[in-house]
Amino acid sequence: MNPYGIALTLVVFYAFSEIQGRRKAFYTNPVLLSIITIAALLWAGGFTYESYMESAVILKFLLGPAVVSLAVPVYKGRETIKAYAREITAGIVIGGTVAILSAFYTAELLGGSEEVLLSITPKSVTTAIAIGVSEKIGGIPELTAVLVVLTGILGNAVGVELLNVTGIKNRIARGLAMGVTSHGLGTARIILEDELAGAVSGLAMALNGIFTSIVLPFLIEVLK
Amino acid sequence: MKPYRGLAIIFGFYALGEFTSSALDLPIPGSVLGMLCLLTALLGGAVKLDWVESEAELFVKNMSIMFVPPGVGIMVYISLLKSQAVPIFGALIISFLITILVTAKTVELLRRGEE
Repeated sequence: MNPYGIALTLVVFYAFSEIQGRRKAFYTNPVLLSIITIAALLWAGGFTYESYMESAVILKFLLGPAVVSLAVPVYKGRETIKAYAREITAGIVIGGTVAILSAFYTAELLGGSEEVLLSITPKSVTTAIAIGVSEKIGGIPELTAVLVVLTGILGNAVGVELLNVTGIKNRIARGLAMGVTSHGLGTARIILEDELAGAVSGLAMALNGIFTSIVLPFLIEVLK
Repeated sequence: MKPYRGLAIIFGFYALGEFTSSALDLPIPGSVLGMLCLLTALLGGAVKLDWVESEAELFVKNMSIMFVPPGVGIMVYISLLKSQAVPIFGALIISFLITILVTAKTVELLRRGEE
């Protein structure tokens, strides 16, 4: 196994994390910048994705245990879930379903191919889960991974401003909307403004991941 | 060795989830099933929080770098991204706007009159 893929990923990601540590902004997002940089380097050097993945696949494999580990933050948030059970249930069932349907129908209306429709439906769910769901429903996991990151960046960049402009003041509503719509990157942004909203956002992200992974495969059968 | 207990539990539940997903031919990813099983074990007291807490947090906090390799795979699909740019980016932005506003409004309506 050649070590270049994993070495390149660690070096590039570390470099961009350092930059983000100094300048926190949506455009210094290390995930997107690393993806673009590595893809460009491979392309410029004439390397294939397969040769890169020979060792970089180890990092992708770790997404499995990372998703299992999400049980811990959900377990620790069980009191918050109990306290806001009604709001969280409604927000996730309605928001999670709207995320799937609006992505599917907009893409279809704009002339998207079937593989695009399948790959875009899990875009509001945290990447690790979205990749698993995309694989299961016959989408392109690589396309899904990029769309999820872009959705997160969108939430990170303008989510809070959008909630401000539309006059949504309730902290639970703000946290849930950010977590359900733009998962980890949305959560990372709102937690800077409001700790309660941030905690609710993190929980909403995990719970929406569970909800979507259970509902989407069945919904897709109906939509297709 | 304490870290091995946490890792054994996390990888064990991952394997259990993957096995269940493929054996029963379920559409839910094995990792999500593994999470639900671990959550059930924590809630039921079969697994204590401090057995897995630090190892799980290590995984969760370092998740971002794990998205990079699958994301780089987009280089194989550049032509698809170009030919489908309008449906892909159009749906991304419109669905984002609809989802965040509908979710926020739904919860706000429920909270009205309680504050």
